Amino acid sequence: MGVGIEVANLNAWYGSNHTLQDISLNIPANHATALIGPSGCGKSTFVRCLNRMHETNPIARVTGTVRMGGIDIYEDVKPVEIRRRVGMVFQRPNPFPTMSIYDNVAAGLKLNGYTNRKSLDEIVEKSLKNSALWDEVKDDLKKKSGASLSGGQQQRLCIARALAVDPEVLLMDEPASALDPVSTSKIEDLIFQLKTQYTIVIVTHNMQQAARVAEMTGFFLNGRMVEFDSTQKIFTNPSDKRTEDYITGRFG
Amino acid sequence: MEAASTGTKFQLRARIRGLIDSGATILAVLSTLLVILPLVAIFIYLLLKGASSLNLDFFIRTPKPVGEAGGGMANAIVGSATLLAVASILGVPMGIFGGVYLAEFGRGTKLANAIRFTADVLNGVPSIVMGIAAYSLIVLPQGHFSAFAGGVALGIMMIPTICRTTEEMLLMVPHVVREAALGLGVPNWRSVLSITVKTASPGIITGCMLAFARVAGETAPLLFTALGNNFWSTTLNEPIAALPLQIYVYAISPYDDWHRLAWAGALVLIVLIVLAVSLVRYVTSRGVLKGAS
Amino acid sequence: MPEIHIAHPQFQPEPSVTAEQRQAASAAQEPSEVRRFLLSRGNSALADRSFQILMTLCALSIFGIVALIAIELIGNSRLAWHSFGLQFFFKAYIDPYTGLPTYWDPVNGHFSALPFVYGTLLSSLMALMLAVPLALGVAVFLTEMCPNFLRGPLAFLTELLAAIPSIIYGLWAIFVLVPLLREHVNPWLIKIFGWSGLFSDDNPTGLGFVSASVILAIMILPIISSLTREVMIAVPHSQREAVLALGATRWEMIRMGVLRNARIGIVGAIILGLGRALGETMAVTMVIGNSPEIHRSLLANGSSMAAVIANEFAEATNDLHRSALIEIGLALFIVTIIVNALARLLVWAVTRGAPARVN
Repeated sequence: MGVGIEVANLNAWYGSNHTLQDISLNIPANHATALIGPSGCGKSTFVRCLNRMHETNPIARVTGTVRMGGIDIYEDVKPVEIRRRVGMVFQRPNPFPTMSIYDNVAAGLKLNGYTNRKSLDEIVEKSLKNSALWDEVKDDLKKKSGASLSGGQQQRLCIARALAVDPEVLLMDEPASALDPVSTSKIEDLIFQLKTQYTIVIVTHNMQQAARVAEMTGFFLNGRMVEFDSTQKIFTNPSDKRTEDYITGRFG
Repeated sequence: MEAASTGTKFQLRARIRGLIDSGATILAVLSTLLVILPLVAIFIYLLLKGASSLNLDFFIRTPKPVGEAGGGMANAIVGSATLLAVASILGVPMGIFGGVYLAEFGRGTKLANAIRFTADVLNGVPSIVMGIAAYSLIVLPQGHFSAFAGGVALGIMMIPTICRTTEEMLLMVPHVVREAALGLGVPNWRSVLSITVKTASPGIITGCMLAFARVAGETAPLLFTALGNNFWSTTLNEPIAALPLQIYVYAISPYDDWHRLAWAGALVLIVLIVLAVSLVRYVTSRGVLKGAS
Repeated sequence: MPEIHIAHPQFQPEPSVTAEQRQAASAAQEPSEVRRFLLSRGNSALADRSFQILMTLCALSIFGIVALIAIELIGNSRLAWHSFGLQFFFKAYIDPYTGLPTYWDPVNGHFSALPFVYGTLLSSLMALMLAVPLALGVAVFLTEMCPNFLRGPLAFLTELLAAIPSIIYGLWAIFVLVPLLREHVNPWLIKIFGWSGLFSDDNPTGLGFVSASVILAIMILPIISSLTREVMIAVPHSQREAVLALGATRWEMIRMGVLRNARIGIVGAIILGLGRALGETMAVTMVIGNSPEIHRSLLANGSSMAAVIANEFAEATNDLHRSALIEIGLALFIVTIIVNALARLLVWAVTRGAPARVN
């Protein structure tokens, strides 16, 4: 079950680069929210702040508050705790190269000490079904390595891996940017189904993609959030001139 | 007139430059051949002299007293294995963990750079000095030579080598793999051991093999720690035989029969080492991580 | 965990998914077993902290080893240091009966490291003189001239040379190299250079500095050539092209475009080879002749710092003798540390920024 995310005055630095400046927005539970903007605008940094991955880089710094289901993730909990509640799918498919398909999906549970085998089998099957990969891999779950799959399959495997820990929020950082059009449309279908159960935040440089899958859209520019509104409003009648310029392809 | 002479001068110069160029090429080729020559010679001699002296006795018998023909190096082979085992108990975990620090925690810090530098310098310290250190540390206080002291001397030598190869292998693991583990909320220690180190493990293992191969041939640090032994050793607290030590003793002896055994021992040693080096080369050229990235 | 729905003022979701579906989905979602399990796990901050400390300690052990070696060597050589001071490395005793200098006489308690220092320096420098030109030739051939299909195997061969243990070089030297030099090279050296006194024919064994230097040269060649190769590869391609574009021949390109740019690194490689030669023990011990004397002739028997330790340490029963040997070891330790540190710094200065190379 998803939870909402409440972000207030979020600032992020990367070395001396002020990559995110005063971001405040409320991301609704159990819906898909898209973040768009030209590359380098801070949208990826933003999602990485939502599960405290940004700070894994020693030169990175964050201030401000992010509340997720009532919990201040920077005050009340340690990074590992919040990352267990927030699934993340990265730009490039990154299955664990030495693990089988099964172990890849089960990794988040096994590595956190979950040992119930029977229940693991069920969770792996359910997660692979949810990520629409089950039929393609069910026969060699433990035989094939995760790295032997095609790029699109690998990305769906990564989604299954993120779903297996039953997250409350699913972050996707340009999940389809490294994939072919067929795989991309599969991933989009998937997001469309998953958003009833999870709060999904998806970063994309593809505006059509945002329009297709998301109810809410935020437009980022130069480290600031210019506009955040319903997808329909953003794409048909944006309030800010810069959003309009970007949507109509006048820059970026 | 003037122009013509400049032209011939220029041609002459070009000719000379061409000759120098060919000369340099020939010299480079010649020196390469000259360098390969001893290597080839060493291998041919090892094969010829070693193979003809190698027999089953070599592997199952202990040395015979002077004057009696036959005998083997069974105790030296087992002794070397024992010493290597003691050395790796000390050297492998310390080396690997040190490498984990350099690659995962200390990356880019001054401390890590200093450690890396010291490891490289320590690699260049003569092995006989390690022998003296192990002697002063263990033999002197205990009052007797021992397998344990020899193993410690070899183990200390393994640490910097394993540390540096482990670091290099870990750096080859793509960053996205680490991120995937962290993104799942896996504790850092678990992520490092079960994901990063595991992914790099073929490379780390071959790095350890290389370190084995290097210390397996070491003689100097054993001369006054393990000392050598013509008989079976039963505890780590007494002197123990080792293949390279036995080769040394036999090589400088005046007996032909012993010389033959020395060659046989050298052949066994070199086969072990060539295998290890080839394995390392195979693994690193194939990429440590098949399919990763 | 309390669930809080955050109302967004602007938020009016498009009914792309029907309200009923959403309702059904929410109703089905109790916190699952998995979620409850994960929530029950601690933050493992303590485990992470201890793990990092353990790794750091293991890395720090490298410093510990260097410190430990230094402390042990200094402590156990104190006796010799107090007895002889710095004179230990320079002094010669004059034998009262023969009037000849003696340096190392454990029976009478005379200890001077002079012949060993001399032997180590002489054999290492001669080895460098033999090895450096060849090593440069090999490196130039491998990086600039070698056809591609040969490059891999040749690099592998030089790697193998570096991996052969010292004892095997020594064995080969005793039974193959020394007889070869004795029968075919030394007579010729004596004939041509005998007048200089550097090659006198009073040592029929073939053991001595020449043999030791040749085997040392063979041993340090792969180190120098592979490091030289590394620094040459690190020279940017543009440097080569710049020189070639001026109409230079290949050799001129190598000399001006590559060697000149890589020269600091090459010096580093040579010094690293020197470091290895200074500390090389077994092969030298087996062919240098092991007599603590200083002769003008390069064909005479001699000894080196590492060789005397290897030869006498296990049998050194009196404390002064052992302490003197440890002091020689300490000197070797200090010198090789300095030499290696210098060499590493020079090589780093050149290859820094170049992609890391495995093995």
